[in-house]
Amino acid sequence: MTDTNSRGYKIDFMRWSWPAVILSAVLSVVSIVSLGWQGLNFAIDFTGGTIIEVAYQEPADLEEVRQQLRDAGFANPIVQHFGTTREVLIRLAPQAELTSTDLRARIMDALGKNPQVQAELHRVEFVGPQVGEDLAESAVVALLLAILGILAYVAWRFEYRFSFGAILASAHDIVLILGVFSVFQLDFDLSVLAAVLAILGYSINDTIVIFDRIRENFRKIRRGEVLDIINLSINETLSRTLMTSFLTLLACTSMAIWGGEVLRNFALALIVGIVVGTYSSIYVASALAYRLGISRADLLLPEKEGATDNRP
Amino acid sequence: MRNRFPLWKNLLIIAVLMLAAIYSLPNFFGEDPSVQISPLRSAKLDEATRVQVEKLLSDGGMKPKSLELSEKRLLVRFMETETQLKAADLLSGSLGSNYTVALNLAPSTPGWLRAINAQPMYLGLDLRGGVHFLMQVDTEAAVRQAEERYAEDVRSLLRESKIRYLSVDRNNRTIEVKFPDDQTLAQARDVLRRELRGLELDGSGNAIQARLSEIERRETRRLAVAQNITTLRNRINELGVAEPVIQQQGEDRIVVQLPGVQDTARAKEILGATATLEFRLVDTEHSAQGLEEGKTPLGTRLYQDRSGRPILLQRKIIVTGDQIVDASSGLDSQSGSPAVFVTLNGIGARKMSDITRENIGKPMAVVYIETKTETREVDGRKIATKKKIEEVINVATIRDRFSKRFQITGLDSTEEARNLSLLLRAGALAAPVDIVEERTVGPSLGKENIEQGTRSFIIGFVLIAAVMILYYKVFGIIANITLLFNVALILSILSLLQATLTLPGIAGITLTIGMAVDANVLIYERIKEELRNGNSIQSSIYAGFERAFSTIFDSNITTLLAAIMLFSIGSGPVKGFAVTLTIGILTSMFTAVMCTRMLVNFVYGQRRVAKLWI
Repeated sequence: MTDTNSRGYKIDFMRWSWPAVILSAVLSVVSIVSLGWQGLNFAIDFTGGTIIEVAYQEPADLEEVRQQLRDAGFANPIVQHFGTTREVLIRLAPQAELTSTDLRARIMDALGKNPQVQAELHRVEFVGPQVGEDLAESAVVALLLAILGILAYVAWRFEYRFSFGAILASAHDIVLILGVFSVFQLDFDLSVLAAVLAILGYSINDTIVIFDRIRENFRKIRRGEVLDIINLSINETLSRTLMTSFLTLLACTSMAIWGGEVLRNFALALIVGIVVGTYSSIYVASALAYRLGISRADLLLPEKEGATDNRP
Repeated sequence: MRNRFPLWKNLLIIAVLMLAAIYSLPNFFGEDPSVQISPLRSAKLDEATRVQVEKLLSDGGMKPKSLELSEKRLLVRFMETETQLKAADLLSGSLGSNYTVALNLAPSTPGWLRAINAQPMYLGLDLRGGVHFLMQVDTEAAVRQAEERYAEDVRSLLRESKIRYLSVDRNNRTIEVKFPDDQTLAQARDVLRRELRGLELDGSGNAIQARLSEIERRETRRLAVAQNITTLRNRINELGVAEPVIQQQGEDRIVVQLPGVQDTARAKEILGATATLEFRLVDTEHSAQGLEEGKTPLGTRLYQDRSGRPILLQRKIIVTGDQIVDASSGLDSQSGSPAVFVTLNGIGARKMSDITRENIGKPMAVVYIETKTETREVDGRKIATKKKIEEVINVATIRDRFSKRFQITGLDSTEEARNLSLLLRAGALAAPVDIVEERTVGPSLGKENIEQGTRSFIIGFVLIAAVMILYYKVFGIIANITLLFNVALILSILSLLQATLTLPGIAGITLTIGMAVDANVLIYERIKEELRNGNSIQSSIYAGFERAFSTIFDSNITTLLAAIMLFSIGSGPVKGFAVTLTIGILTSMFTAVMCTRMLVNFVYGQRRVAKLWI
């Protein structure tokens, strides 16, 4: 406690709250504009279509594969390396339903045109567009229900203004994750959606730890500005917040690096979410609760000694 | 003493951890390549079969690791895949068509573990390879069939009650019955209301409009899906796939997973075929020649036989495919031509018996109905249309009253007889199904997924453990021990629930490890803070745990809310992730709060401590 100021904390987080608001606003606007302009690069789970993963003995020539597929009559096939140069992922737009067996045969036939290159089928996925629509629908429902549930819980355990702070912080995180996926046009598949919902939980988790401390400090410290108490609480929980985020980041980074191609985007979404979530629980959630006019009285109500004691 | 648990609490925690350790064990034993032999219908599976299989194998020079006989299957384990494949070929060749022989990977859990019902987790298709289908059941078709049945019931009920009616028509979800006068209408209304409770009656003019009640509709839909699941299960059993998954998803979808199967075409042929039979009387009063569809005499319908010749059948169905209990193929003892021997259930048998008795000497037709989906190109876009093929495969004169068992002849080949009997035996699908999603995962990819998933999990774990020790020292070691307990607990719960482990599931466990330490970090930071504020060591420890608890609780509950939401709404990878995340949050609350505290008590609780290594 050597270098603390007179108010008992080291870093005056709230001093930076205006720049933070501007930063958040800019990033959110960029995300929303990108989402509106180019949208998300929905993977086959949502769009329907066919995914084929093929492994070659030698590094594969993508242009050749593309040409082979075009020759076989597939318009605009998306062909890309998947992990290594020997593995190739092919994505085809939704073809008519139930021809998947023929489709598979036709594709393997097309790829087998060059006898020097032997292709081995790793994975075939065929998803009808109907399933994709259902998924998109239930995804939105899941997101809304999760948000509502959390809103209700925080309002019940804390106070409605905290609830708004928490929800705005989470919405902010979700918008930014989606924004990253939209700006860089990364594949948005079901597992990324799962990551987004997990981040919703994670970011709230972070926020609540700080709220918890704010509540505790309001009860403990009789004097002091609301702003000071918020600052103090963030400072006190800072080492925990950073430590936890760092450890969770370690887990996600190892997933992104060693978890294979299938988990990469999932892990990436989590990494973005953890970074953004940590930031937003400090700035967005508490700052918003403050601006909404949270006062000591609002948090003392549940305690027995309650509202009577807090008058100066 | 403040930092001391009562004995019972310590014992309870230790007991939970022991159980967790034991029930997570089966996951570490690997699998034996094995061959699974299951009997079809009438075949028996007993000690004699076991001896026979053993003899066949030893004659072929193969040595199985063990043979396990259970009620439903005989499992022969081998040491290596090569022998397994050879054995499967040999056995399927020599056991005959009464058994299915399937390749299987059987968990090599030791007997004592199996005795206490400890089983390894079930691996998802993305980890073991195989085919996944998602099928959409056309429940609307089932409702239409029900309406058709009701219309028929209305006709026969009115006839039996001698109530004169002008017509019974079915259109647009309504069965309309017209009457000559108000009196018959009133009579009919009473009878219909009494006898056909599934119908809601409405009247206008000289007609009654009957609709299926909402309850009846829902029930019909539900039953259609349920029956389809049973039928698919039977068909898959005939395929001989080891440990298939057949589950309902949502209201009208069915998930079928066939581990180890790579040949989607063959699997689909069997699963997707929706063939059924109908038995109808031939109309002998009118000639079928020169009639157009839609201009047929009252109560009849125009069909074609296999060579395209028209044939006029009565609208009334005697028996449908869902009343067939068993069917087998063989040769007709008199003519020597291929035949299918059919056994009906009680209701079917009664109907068949009544009608054949009244119609001896008259011809009866067997109509074969198959629903296929065909695709056409219209304006460059492919459009899938459902096509129903209905053809008369056989017309025979009823010579005698039919009983429960009878035979169908007039089939082209023994092959066809066999196929037909397979379809009939497996039961008819109550409503047509479409495959809306199909995934095939190669076995090598599955293996790769397991390796990468586990590797990233272990690296993540080691990294976190290292940081915890560096930062929190003795307390870090304690946190790591509880983290290990946590993993064991998650594995054991997943195994006990027989939940399916998928790649996203492994990711969920990895993420949980990251989040699980959060509870430890919260407690430790709190202890440090209390120490900084100048409190004594013991009371700092005490306060650290007590104060951190409500924070841990609040923050985890919200994550749990999100996880449960994921679980209830998600499917596929989302669900797999949600399962492990949900379990992980619950177990980490237990391990971080209870186990950590027990260990801390054990190390520091009952003595004077000069300094905490934290």
